[in-house]
Amino acid sequence: MPDVDLSETPLRELNRALHALEPGTNETHWHVANPAGRHSIAVGLDAPVTVEIGGNVGYYCAGMNKHATVHVRGNAGVGLAENMMSGVVRVDGDASQAAGATGRGGLLVIGGNASGRCGISMKGIDIVVGGSVGPMSAFMAQAGTLVVLGDAGEALGDSIYEARLFVRGTVKSLGADCEEKTPTDEDRSILADVLSRAGVAADPSEFRLYGSARRLYHFHVDNVDAY
Amino acid sequence: MDAPAPKPPGTLPRFSATFDPHTISEIRRAAATGIYDIRGFGAKRKLPHFDDLLFLGASISRYPLEGYRERCGTEVVLGTRFAKKPVELKTPVTIAGMSFGALSAQAKEALGRGASTVGTSTTTGDGGMTPEERGHSSILVYQVLPSRYGMNPDDLRKADAIEIVVGQGAKPGGGGMLLGQKISPRVAAMRNLPEGIDQRSACRHPDWTGPDDLEIKIEEIREITDWQKPIYVKVGASRPYYDTALAVKSGADVVVLDGMQGGTAATQEVFIEHVGIPILAAIRPAVQALQDLGMHRKVQLIVSGGIRNGADVAKALALGADAVAIGTAALIALGDNAPELEAEYEALGTVAGAYDDWHEGRDPAGITTQDPVLAARLDPIKAGRRLANYLAVLTLETQTIARACGKSHVHNLEPEDLVALTVEAAAMAGVPLAGTNWVPGR
Ligand SMILES: Cc1cc2nc3c(=O)[nH]c(=O)nc-3n(C[C@H](O)[C@H](O)[C@H](O)COP(=O)(O)O)c2cc1C
Repeated sequence: MPDVDLSETPLRELNRALHALEPGTNETHWHVANPAGRHSIAVGLDAPVTVEIGGNVGYYCAGMNKHATVHVRGNAGVGLAENMMSGVVRVDGDASQAAGATGRGGLLVIGGNASGRCGISMKGIDIVVGGSVGPMSAFMAQAGTLVVLGDAGEALGDSIYEARLFVRGTVKSLGADCEEKTPTDEDRSILADVLSRAGVAADPSEFRLYGSARRLYHFHVDNVDAY
Repeated sequence: MDAPAPKPPGTLPRFSATFDPHTISEIRRAAATGIYDIRGFGAKRKLPHFDDLLFLGASISRYPLEGYRERCGTEVVLGTRFAKKPVELKTPVTIAGMSFGALSAQAKEALGRGASTVGTSTTTGDGGMTPEERGHSSILVYQVLPSRYGMNPDDLRKADAIEIVVGQGAKPGGGGMLLGQKISPRVAAMRNLPEGIDQRSACRHPDWTGPDDLEIKIEEIREITDWQKPIYVKVGASRPYYDTALAVKSGADVVVLDGMQGGTAATQEVFIEHVGIPILAAIRPAVQALQDLGMHRKVQLIVSGGIRNGADVAKALALGADAVAIGTAALIALGDNAPELEAEYEALGTVAGAYDDWHEGRDPAGITTQDPVLAARLDPIKAGRRLANYLAVLTLETQTIARACGKSHVHNLEPEDLVALTVEAAAMAGVPLAGTNWVPGR
């Protein structure tokens, strides 16, 4: 079980060692101490290993993650797990702006709150936020599921495409072309599945569903105010 | 009875210079549809450009090189600042980023074939990397755009260089655009979008804003790719001094500067013709920024926007660029706007040479389309050959001029080799008006 202390080991060495791991590696569980808010910790992983980070991380932690499980025992900076492809990223505390931005797969679980633009341009990732999300979350969200146990800030789902947004608390306002939808059985089972993978005990029936009104899919002059 | 008085002479119908026929047709079109005009190609109006500059050539005070005997180098190395594996090109002419989606898979393959034949690079675009273009491009630059369509760490690792696109010359401050006709099942799947919708693309990156963030973003990409690959930053020409300085400060290996003539697959006409500055006006401020930071030739500069021939290439290099990129000219070399297709262009309401509805996906040349029948018309091998020929001509022409100026490498061309034909060009390029030693503003 490799232990890496970032107060002694340069970040470059940590990431290089993680990138060198083969799919069948025995070094499957890594501990990273003293992250001290460093940016780009455990980015670009491509092996089914677990990396536990004991503290706060800066920008882009677990960016473009594939296959790996990254667990941050602290808060995370901007662009957490940006463009993640697969695997699991968990943050015990809060996450800054653009968490899960453009993510294409995998599961991102944020224990606390997430700031603005959570799930911006998401493309298939599932995101679960234990607390609330800030303004412009799920802006241009294309695919995947965003689950918010708390409240959502202004302009949720602005210019949304086909992502599903589930919010248990209040929504300050909806963005252009985002509307509340009546969940189908399929929507409910997707939500239940995401919650269970996230290990969150919550009743799917308590969430409201928001998605695209699809009025902006083809330009029309009568919708010009929405542009 | 008197004969009727002869009609006094009248004047000919006179079109307004302000409300010219094109303007009137545009007002009528806007009134009928309620949507702005979208088109491809670059700025079409006359702008200060490289044609307004001339080379002085050798004379008694300088001697030229023999064309067939004395070497004139054209190779260029990009990404020497931080990348472990810089990109090495045999010619300073590269192929600019054009997306699969905007272009057919056959066109992307042809670009790869043509560029690889002459030892230069191609670039992906707003839509991700296709196996065809990776397979046929010996050197491939992978774009990271605001939309992040198709963005994938595996492709990042497969690329030879990475280009973070902040903007492009046709639309500095605007995002990508692809209309429903071109969102085929394959394009939709690559971009995670529903088929056939009019795609809206963001103009700002989703996970960074401003130069401090960009620096961190670049570091992330370097960490993901183990500091192997050069990282370019592409900007549309608007404030080239500051944008270049900030790109350097953010850690770019290469700055790509695209002037307002730069082509596009789909942008609002008003944007193409009215936002940004001509590349002629942008190169000197960018070079000045590099020089002020002690980074000229350490951070390389690639410029684009209306490059057509070796004279344009040579002038861009003489003004201080390390290489150029071409988009529109490369498509024309592949077969776009070919006169043989005249009847089909007329059926589309245009003529060969003026066709610019690249956003509609009905390109009779099979280049700017996703229609499988049209796309199948383009033979990637033959089109690639035409592009290779054209690139070879650009290189030879550039060498011809460099030798005439007595240079053993095209990078030895310098502003002192140039004069301007107009006061505007003299001011923009910072070279004297021909026959004088007057540089306006100096
Ligand atoms: C069909 C087409 C598609 C383009 N797509 C992109 C793109 O995806 N990303 C980008 O940065 N620039 C794009 N551009 C701009 C080119 O990269 C380049 O900046 C421009 O074409 C250079 O000017 P030129 O066409 O006058 O040579 C596109 C241009 C064309 C003609």
